[in-house]
Amino acid sequence: MKVIKIDKKDWADSLGKLSGPYRLFGPVRDKDFHNFKELGNDEQPDFNFQNTRVSAKSMVLPQSETLFTYSLDEKEPDHHQMREPEKNYSPRAVLGIRPCDAKAFLLVKRNFDTPEYKDPYWVRAYEASTFVGLACDDPCSTCFCTSAGCGPFHEEGLDLLLVDAGDHFLAKVLTQKGKNLVQAAGWGVETNADVELMKRTAESRIASAISTEQLKGKAATDLYHAPFWEEAAFACINCGTCTYSCPTCWCFDIQDENHGNAGVRMRNWDSCMYPLFTLHGSGHNPRETKIHRVRQRFMHKLKYYLDKYDAGIQCVGCGRCIRLCPVNIDIRNICELMNSHDPGACTCQVA
Amino acid sequence: MENPYLPYPVRIEEIITETEDKNLKTFKFVFQNPEDEEKFAYKAGQFGELSVTGKGEIPIGIASSPTEKGFVKFTVNKVGLVSSFLHTMKTGDIMGIRGPLGNWYPWETMEGKNVLIIGGGFAFTTLRSSIIYMLDPANRSKFKDIHVVYGARSPGMLLYKDELAEWEKRDDIHMHITVDATDDPSWKYNTGFVPTITEQKAPPSDGETYAIICGPPIMIKFTQPVLDNLGYDHDHIIMSLENRMKCGIGMCGRCNIGMEFVCKDGPVFTLAQLNATPKEY
Ligand SMILES: Cc1cc2nc3c(=O)[nH]c(=O)nc-3n(C[C@H](O)[C@H](O)[C@H](O)COP(=O)(O)OP(=O)(O)OC[C@H]3O[C@@H](n4cnc5c(N)ncnc54)[C@H](O)[C@@H]3O)c2cc1C
Ligand code: SF4
Ligand code: SF4
Ligand code: FES
Repeated sequence: MKVIKIDKKDWADSLGKLSGPYRLFGPVRDKDFHNFKELGNDEQPDFNFQNTRVSAKSMVLPQSETLFTYSLDEKEPDHHQMREPEKNYSPRAVLGIRPCDAKAFLLVKRNFDTPEYKDPYWVRAYEASTFVGLACDDPCSTCFCTSAGCGPFHEEGLDLLLVDAGDHFLAKVLTQKGKNLVQAAGWGVETNADVELMKRTAESRIASAISTEQLKGKAATDLYHAPFWEEAAFACINCGTCTYSCPTCWCFDIQDENHGNAGVRMRNWDSCMYPLFTLHGSGHNPRETKIHRVRQRFMHKLKYYLDKYDAGIQCVGCGRCIRLCPVNIDIRNICELMNSHDPGACTCQVA
Repeated sequence: MENPYLPYPVRIEEIITETEDKNLKTFKFVFQNPEDEEKFAYKAGQFGELSVTGKGEIPIGIASSPTEKGFVKFTVNKVGLVSSFLHTMKTGDIMGIRGPLGNWYPWETMEGKNVLIIGGGFAFTTLRSSIIYMLDPANRSKFKDIHVVYGARSPGMLLYKDELAEWEKRDDIHMHITVDATDDPSWKYNTGFVPTITEQKAPPSDGETYAIICGPPIMIKFTQPVLDNLGYDHDHIIMSLENRMKCGIGMCGRCNIGMEFVCKDGPVFTLAQLNATPKEY
């Protein structure tokens, strides 16, 4: 695969060239953290970060998004009918996305791009995007990507992988989209530099790991009825931080919002951690307690998704939910409880 | 790319108040664009998202039968935000329908078999669709005996009263209508809860009989042992679930039971399938 050398002194110039054919998005400093946003004219992405606070999922699934607009004014010929809004799906480049966040899009794609239905908003935004990854040399202590089907130099889901090599970047071109971007940026200096060693060094810095190999063979109902959920969920305050920050959580709500006679049908991120998420109109709630909700989150990620697609767990090991949970609920511990659960060994039998 | 969130525009053609408490109304819709009716080709047991512009969408079982042409019907209980607003709407009003959504009762598998239908309260909507479908002259010969146990709190709470009376008169369907209690001296059908009437009137399974059961959880809970006693296998007991939904197409993530999305992989499941799934419904 082609590796290209990009001098950092030329970086700003190349971004200038890219800003014509592409809308540019990248991490920028946002108070004490970094988050993704659309870059203004001459605005540079700031690569001085470990990972963004919130994942890059909003690049394709915005936190709030208009699905339709409508009018309630009976004088208008199409009153009360949904109108599809004009959207900008011109090519966009997401600069400096971490490999975990890029891989996460492939997991989420199985939900939004199915044989039966395609979510046109998600699919169009995804297809319009070129993902320019930034390899990780300095992982957080909570990262466990290498045991979650990903890694600090992981290439799946990326079009181009940048590796920081001091005064220059090494860029590995991975797809046709990546090639097109390289061309548009005017990057042409090929090198035979090898990133393999840097990759192995980075992987060796990932300090924690999970085991998932037993999950597939266990019955969902056994895991569901396992005795550890009550304790696991005890401290959870159902704040939803874990799901909002996670790159592989995609649940959303749909709401109509009216302003006078005009309105929009919106979709907004939602969370399985909230009681309203599943509340029936009758008042009945099948996930009544926080134990139900915490269990749902981990069962979805580590069991239901695995069973549904047979393509690994619904987690890339970015560690955000661990870093941000106010009560230190740790998916690595829960995964261990699930992976090692032995339904036969229940100690609660009555003599 | 088709937009699965885009509803077909429809006009409310007729509104029928079904029950004495006025909480259940049947809405008959006509598609604004006639070609949309073909795109909405459905099977008995499926549902649609009724899109009340400015309020939101609600998943509602299709009460009309695929054999009825020119309109679609839904019977809606007045519950919360959207359904209450829908109850204030008038004939001629414009709104939308998305669908058909979800799977359906296993019509192909049930061909050549006896069918027992058990319904309680207002969960009789897709069962009406099913009965009309099976009684259609083109379809009746495909099924053996058809029994229907249908119960409501009182005579005034039964849905589709005129049709029930007509079915009572036919000899190709065995109706067992019941009410919990009544002081109406002219009531000529059964009195008692659905599980009891099922026990007394429903045929035992011949090994291949299918039972379709829809109703409040309490009714289902007490009817299930009755069906066990009558020899119904759990893969011959068919149920339809009603979880809270938004997208209806398996994407928004809220309606799952285990790995199945009720909106897309359901709402119709066999009891055998449900037994192997966390009971979050
Ligand atoms: C497959 C399927 C088939 C169905 N078939 C039928 C049928 O044939 N007939 C039928 O009548 N029903 C049917 N249902 C049930 C029906 O979908 C619900 O009764 C309906 O969705 C209730 O919607 P609602 O807007 O009226 O109530 P909701 O809006 O859900 O209101 C419930 C309560 O939640 C609260 N609430 C709602 N929105 C908000 C908000 N934004 N913020 C805070 N609180 C809020 C309010 O307190 C409200 O009273 C079916 C359901 C499914 C899944
Ligand atoms: S971040 Fe922690 S406390 Fe908040 S909902 Fe998630 S697990 Fe519960
Ligand atoms: S579950 Fe936690 S570690 Fe896994 S992808 Fe989501 S935020 Fe990252
Ligand atoms: S209603 Fe959205 S996933 Fe089922």
